[in-house]
Formats: sequence, C-alpha cells, structure tokens
Amino acid sequence: MNRLLPFFGFMLLVVLFGFGIWWNTQHDQSAIPSPLLNKPAPAFVLPKLYEPTQTVSKADLLGKPYLLNVFASWCVECGAEHPVLEAEGTSLGVQLVGYNYKDAPADAKRWLAEHGNPYNVLIADEPGNTAIDFGVYGAPESFLIDAKGVIRYKHIGPLTPDVVASELKPAIAALSREAQP
Amino acid sequence: MMRAFLHVLLMALLAFAGVTHAQAIEPMPFADHAQELRFQHLTQQLRCPMCQNETLADSNAPIARDLRNQIFQLMQQGKSDDEIRQYLVDRYSDYVLYDPPLKPGTWLLWFGPLLILCGGAGGVLVAIRKRSRAESASSLSADGMSADNTPTDNRDDW
Amino acid sequence: MTPELGQLALILALLLALAQGILPLLGAWRGNRALMAVARPAAAGQAVFVALAFGILVWAFVHFDFSVQYVADNSNLALPWYYRIAAVWGAHEGSLLLWIFILNVWTVALAAFSQKLPEVFAARVLAVMGLIAVGFLAFIIFTSDPFGRLLPMPGDGADLNPVLQDPGMTFHPPVLYTGYVGFSVAFAFSIAALLGGELEQAWVRWARPWTNIAWAFLTCGIVAGSWWAYAELGWGGWWFWDPVENASFMPWLVGLALIHAQAVTEKRGSLRAWTILLSIFAFSLSLLGTFLVRSGVLTSVHAFASDPRRGVFILAFLTIVVGGSLLLYALRAPKVAGGKAFNLLSRETVLLIGNLMFAVAAAMVLLGTLFPLIGDALNMGRISVGPPYFGFLFPLLMLPVVLLLPFGPFLRWGKGDAPALKQVLLRAGIAAAACAIVAAFFVHGQLKAIAGVASLVWLTVGVLLYAIKRWREVPRGRRYPAEMAGMLLAHLGVGVFVAGVLLSESLSVTSDVRMAPGQTQHIGGYDFLFDGVHRTTGPNWRADQGVVTVTRDGNPVAMMHPQKRTYLRGQVQTESAVDAGITRDLYVALGEPMDPNNIEGAWALRLYYKPFIRWIWGGGLLMMLGGFVCAADKRFRIKRIAESETVEILLVQENRA
Repeated sequence: MNRLLPFFGFMLLVVLFGFGIWWNTQHDQSAIPSPLLNKPAPAFVLPKLYEPTQTVSKADLLGKPYLLNVFASWCVECGAEHPVLEAEGTSLGVQLVGYNYKDAPADAKRWLAEHGNPYNVLIADEPGNTAIDFGVYGAPESFLIDAKGVIRYKHIGPLTPDVVASELKPAIAALSREAQP
Repeated sequence: MMRAFLHVLLMALLAFAGVTHAQAIEPMPFADHAQELRFQHLTQQLRCPMCQNETLADSNAPIARDLRNQIFQLMQQGKSDDEIRQYLVDRYSDYVLYDPPLKPGTWLLWFGPLLILCGGAGGVLVAIRKRSRAESASSLSADGMSADNTPTDNRDDW
Repeated sequence: MTPELGQLALILALLLALAQGILPLLGAWRGNRALMAVARPAAAGQAVFVALAFGILVWAFVHFDFSVQYVADNSNLALPWYYRIAAVWGAHEGSLLLWIFILNVWTVALAAFSQKLPEVFAARVLAVMGLIAVGFLAFIIFTSDPFGRLLPMPGDGADLNPVLQDPGMTFHPPVLYTGYVGFSVAFAFSIAALLGGELEQAWVRWARPWTNIAWAFLTCGIVAGSWWAYAELGWGGWWFWDPVENASFMPWLVGLALIHAQAVTEKRGSLRAWTILLSIFAFSLSLLGTFLVRSGVLTSVHAFASDPRRGVFILAFLTIVVGGSLLLYALRAPKVAGGKAFNLLSRETVLLIGNLMFAVAAAMVLLGTLFPLIGDALNMGRISVGPPYFGFLFPLLMLPVVLLLPFGPFLRWGKGDAPALKQVLLRAGIAAAACAIVAAFFVHGQLKAIAGVASLVWLTVGVLLYAIKRWREVPRGRRYPAEMAGMLLAHLGVGVFVAGVLLSESLSVTSDVRMAPGQTQHIGGYDFLFDGVHRTTGPNWRADQGVVTVTRDGNPVAMMHPQKRTYLRGQVQTESAVDAGITRDLYVALGEPMDPNNIEGAWALRLYYKPFIRWIWGGGLLMMLGGFVCAADKRFRIKRIAESETVEILLVQENRA
C-alpha cells in the first residue's frame, strides 16, 4: 500500500493543476481581491476636474449609492470601457463619479472631449495618493459604494457589457432591495 | 482570433517588461545609511501589485513608485515596519506580502515542510533500524566485504 | 527553405517516434529480436527529422523569413545574427522544438553508447525515450507549431525582447534543457528496470554516468541563468525563487539526491526502490517545470504563453507519463529490501540523511511555489510566497547537510568507525572556529558573514583531510579515482557556494544616489566618480551611456559604462556596468536624468558593492565539474555484452583489481 502513495499524491497534484487551469479561464490572474469590500470607503477630499478650486469629499456623496470609476487618458483599456459607460451609465440607476487617476488635467479634458463624458461628478487625483487608500493599482477600476459610504463591489479592469449585466447590475439591485424597508 | 489576441497581449506584456528597472532607481533623502537599509529591506519584501512578480524595490510600475514614496513618508512619520506592512495589507490584501503571514490559512505552508521532514525522518529511522538488525544477523566484515569475501565495492572502500 | 518542410519533418519524426516507442516494447515483451532491433534505426531516423525541422527554423530566422509567424514575432531586420539564432528558442513554440531536439541528442547518444547493454534492456530504454518524444512531438504539431505562416508577410518583424538580447540567452536555455531533458535517461533506465523485473542488477551502474552528466548540465544551466539575471536585470540579485526558477531547482535537488542514492544502490545493492522512485520524481519535476511555465497557472516574470488548451494537453501528458510510471512502480518495484545491511553509523546513513534533506527541500519548494494556487482553490484570497519563505526554510534544511558533509567520505560502507570521525570533527571544527573568530573582526560581527567563513573552512578542511588521507594510505594510481575526484570537487564547490551566498548577502552595499558630473560617491571602500552621460548607438538600439571612474585609495580600479538603451520599438532596457572580480563585484546602473531635457546634467544612479558574489557561481561551476569528472570514471564503462537474460553479477566481474 505504501507503494501507491506516490501515485495518489501525484493524482492530487493533477487535480490541483486541473483546477488551476480552469480557474484561470474564469478569473483575471492579475486581479487582486480587495480587502476593502464591505468596509467603509476611505475618506477623501479631491478637487473637481473642471473646477479645481472646488472640492468633493466623501461626505458630499453620502446618501445615494454611486459608481466610482477610476480612469485616465494614458489608460488604453479605459478607451475600450468608455463606450460601455456611455451606453449603460444612465440605466444603472446610480450616480457615475469619474475619478481621474494620475493624469494631467489638460490631457484628461482632451480625452473626455474625444470620448465623451458620462459622469455626474468628476474628480481628479493627479498625485495618486488618495487612490492608494482605495487600493487602486492601475486603471480602469470601478467601485460600487452605497448610500452609507461602504464599498460593496469592486471590479478591476474594464467594465464590459457582460460584467455590467452579470455582476454590476445585480449588485446595484441588491443595494436598492436593502434600502426598501 | 484568440491566438492573435493572446499574441498581442503577450507582446504587450513583453514590451512592458522590457521597460525594466530604468525608473526603479530613485534616490531618496534618507537621514542615514541605516534608514536606507531599512527602506531597502522593507521594499524588497513587498510585492508590486501590478507587476508579474517583482518587488516594490525593483519594479518601475507607476504604482510601485507611488508606494515607495508612500512608504518613505510613513517612515518619516515614525511608523514601524509592522505598521507600514499593515497599512499596505489593509489596502492591497496579503498579496503584497512576499512573507506569507502565519495564520490558519497558511499553516499548511509553514508547517508542511516540518511535517514532511518528520515523516521522512521516521521513514529513514525505520529503514536504518531494519538494516542494522539485518546487519548484526549477517556477517558483514569491517572492510565491506560480503560473507563469501567477494568484494562489492572497491577493495579500498571506495 | 519552405517552412512547411519543417512541419512535414516533424510529422515524420512523430511517426518514427511512435515506431521507436511501441515496437521495441512489444519486442521486449515477446522476445522478438526484429522488433527490438527497430529501436536504434527509428531513433536515428527521428533524430534526423527533428534536426531537420530545427535547422529549418534556424534558417528561417537567419534569413529573415517573416512569412513565418514565429519568426516575425521574435526578430527583426536589425537583430544581429547571433541573437537571431538565440531567438529560435526565445518563445514558447521554438523552445519546445529545442526541447525535442535536445531529447534527440540524448537519445542518439544513448543509442550509440548502449551497444554493449543487454538487448532487451536497451530496447526498453530507447522505447521509453521514444514515447516521451511522441508526447512532445504531438504537443508541438497539434498546439504549438512554430512553422505557422503569417500572410501577408510583413516587411519587418517585431523585436526580440531586449532582456533576452544578451550572451546569456544564447547559452542558458540550451544548457538548462540539456540537463532537464537528460533526466529522461535516468527515467528510461528505471522504467526499463521496472519492466524487466529484477533481471539486470547492474542497470544502476549503467545509469550513473548519464545521470551525473544530466545533473551537471542542469547545474551549469541554473548557474548561467542566475548569472544572466544578475548581469542583465539590473537589480543586483542572483536568485528570486520565482516559480520558473523553482521549476529548474526542484529537479536539481531531486537529481542531487538521485546521484547519491544511485551510488548506494550501485555499490551496496540497497535502496533500489528509492533510487527508482527518485528517477521518476526527477524527470516528473522536469516535465512539471515545462507545464508550470506554459500553462499560466502561476504568475511569473518568466512565463511563456498561458493558453488553457496547451495547459490541458501538457497536463494530460504529465498524467499519463508520471501517473503511469508511478503505477508501474507500485506494481513492480522491488518489494523486499535487498542489498547489504548497514549500521546506524555508516556512509549509507549519512547519504540517506542527505537524501532526506534534499527531498524535503524539493517538497518545500514545490509547496511554496504551488501555494498561491492552493490558496485560490481553497478560496483563501491571493497569497504570495516569495524569498522570505524559501530563503528562510532552505538554508535551515541544508544546515544538517553542511554539518555532515565532511564526515561522509570518512564513514565506511556498512559500518563506520567513530575515532576517524572524531579526528575530522576536531580538526575541521577547530579550524572553522578559529577562522570564524578572525573573520568576526573583519566583518564587524555580522553573523551571516561569520557563518559563511566558518562553513567554507569546515567544508574545505573536511575535503582536504580526506584527500590527504587517500594520499597517505593508498598507493599511487588508485588514490583518486575519477568518481572520488568528482565528489571532492563538488563538495569543495558547496563550500565555495555557501561562502559566496552568506558573504555577499551580509556584506553587500547598495545605494541610490543623485550625482552631477564630477561628483564622487564612496561605497564599500571604493570611490565612484561620475563623469556624465552621452549618447551612443548599437546595432538595433541607441543609448544614453554614462561614464563612471572607480578608484580605491587613489588607485584606478575600473572605468564603467552603464547604459540606458532604447530599442527599435521603444523598449527601454538598462544595461548595467559590472566590474567583475574574484573577491568583489562593482555594479553601476543608470536611473533617470534629474532633468529629462538635459541628459548631460545630473542623474540618478544605483551603485552596488558586492563582495564574493562570483563565488556563488564559482561554487556552482565546481559542482558541475564534479559531476562531469565523476561520470568519466572508468568503472562505469561497460566492458561486456550480457548475452542472455540470466542474472549475472556484473559487479563482480567488472571490478578493477
């Protein structure tokens, strides 16, 4: 019986690898699960992109859920994601907050003029320090934050129609079900 | 189609990877050499969240640069190594630690080799015991010859 | 030359490999000499066609045939010819073709040098090699064809990744693969032995030189890879415990255990089952390495394509080969412990302890490498396992080995004698302690450095003591058989390696500095004077080149020219300047100019002082040399053909008087 031990040990490994291959087809290898899920979003104060003397803080956005979308003009995939936001943005039923990440304001404005501006609120984080508090490490990334300011869903990478339909919309629906007494 | 996409992706990754380490070199105003050493030690044990498998110390990704600066700031604020690590884990999860924390999920990782060693050592002991019992039964002479004096290794014990 | 001929050659090679794999096994089973005799010609034929396919791909690269997709992806018009050849194995498809090419080199060597092996045994060995070839050829033909066309043909190709445009790239993969693939020979011998039952007692003796040579090549390949990473990647590190590095290190560790276990089995007849199991493990880990870097199952800087379809294919292949051989092992491995008995205090015991530590180390590396995957499977979130884990546990596991190493040769087979050991302990121990105390002053009490000096002295004195003992006690001509000389060299190499690692890790100095032209920095006792940066060009790049003059106490030491290269497609690559030395390396890397518009002004530089870092690779090369020298021992050359299937104790007849 001892002699079969290596064989069974190896088969266990095969199962693990088979799982690994399958898992890879389902998940983005480079996506890190956020430790901030279901935790309060970090407090922030950031200038608006178009009126830099005015600021928006977390407190200002409390009371209604919103989708915080991290984007930048240098980010190629944001260009791919933008049409989806344009198309589906209004049908989501939540505010769209554009978070311009590590971008020169002139570049960002030019990019938005080219690609369109679906956002209700636009804030800019040029140095990128507040983004660290959100656990952002690249663009695009999207956070669904509820009325109380708690992060309920995060998506790393571009929002595709598929992701919007299968993950984002159900998450938003769950939020509104909670809100109903 | 898929293959073409993967090719493009691979080329993009490789092209990105080609931009190696040119910008990871960043002189910072350390107070002294000991502080520099502490910074190097910290950043070498942390993983760049964006890159394929690089430390914060060596990666040139924008996020790595930002995080290095942030760590420097935290050091200046007097935070300890553990506090700095916790700061990053709170934001990026355990993934950024190259030193896996010891918690129930990683017991297998940290204690596994010890278990294997104990198991193996047990096996070795059993094997030796079996052999030395056989040895005292047979007549193994000191110079390695078998009972009928036919040498089985070189006569000079090599 | 038409690339499609290459595809055809591969298909023909596959057919011949099928013949080579199946027919001789049938022949061996039925005692049909005609079928068994198919093995050698089929192997030769397969080799011819694989060589042809490989040659066609090389031709396509050298002659800029961008109509071949693989060539267009990995080279361009400005790439120098030597890197065009290296580009052949620069990506997934070509590297597999290299794999099968090298497998054929080993097979041909085996076919040539096995003329004196018993017919049935040789047929089985060659057949197993053929079956392995079938798997790889099928994989290439069906999923990873390097000859696919790209039409319309582009005017110029993409570029070879600049990181790979380095002399190390021409050298590291072929040598590494030679080692990896070489374990297939030991594997084939073991399978043949399992299939044949207990008939050929001497098969371990036949397997030993092949295994030693494969292991030596693998050592060389790993050393080359480590050196290449150091010289090319610009972060002054030489090992990162990256999954792909681990993929080569695991077979190395198991191979190391194997060459020692084979020694025991060959000379004493014991540990037969363990030796067989180890050869299966060694080759399995080679195959596993191939799987890991191509399936995308793990994140690594070094990974090739991550295509699930390919992953599934290799996994299936792995399951059949390894699962099949482990089943065969369960059924056919020697059940009764054979061979000579041995005492607790004996050479067998320390070799067993060594084997245990190497095996546990390999298991530990496997566990750490796969743990992120396990973490995903058990939904524990993403865990990273890196140098703090491996770099902690590995030295811990190797500590007993280092401590026991000097005693190994002094212990006799079967029953060692304690007084000799006490002598060694005293002499080597005192020498090591004395040197450690002296070193403590020089290194200002740094424990790692002291440990490095102590280990070096401990191991070196141990080797010298044994060499002296042989000199005194054994008449000329028999003092240092090649096998023993190899052992002594390799063990010496261990000492040099350990010293290199511990000393360089503890005494290195690294500093990121901002320097204007004319400024000097003082690092590690050397003065680095920065003389500014100017533009320069190469075959397919232009660069900003810095000039750094290094002096020590006023005496000139070196002129260093670190570069920041921009390749044709815009990829930027830092070419660090290294001033190599036996006792230290000086290393300078260019960062960014302080003012991007003025490259003649101040720059950020990284300066390194790395003492004894070459000892790491020097030690590795000594180990490699030891492996080659050991394989050259006359005892391993087969002197007679065993005509029949009766059990002949060839050990007795071939013993040198």
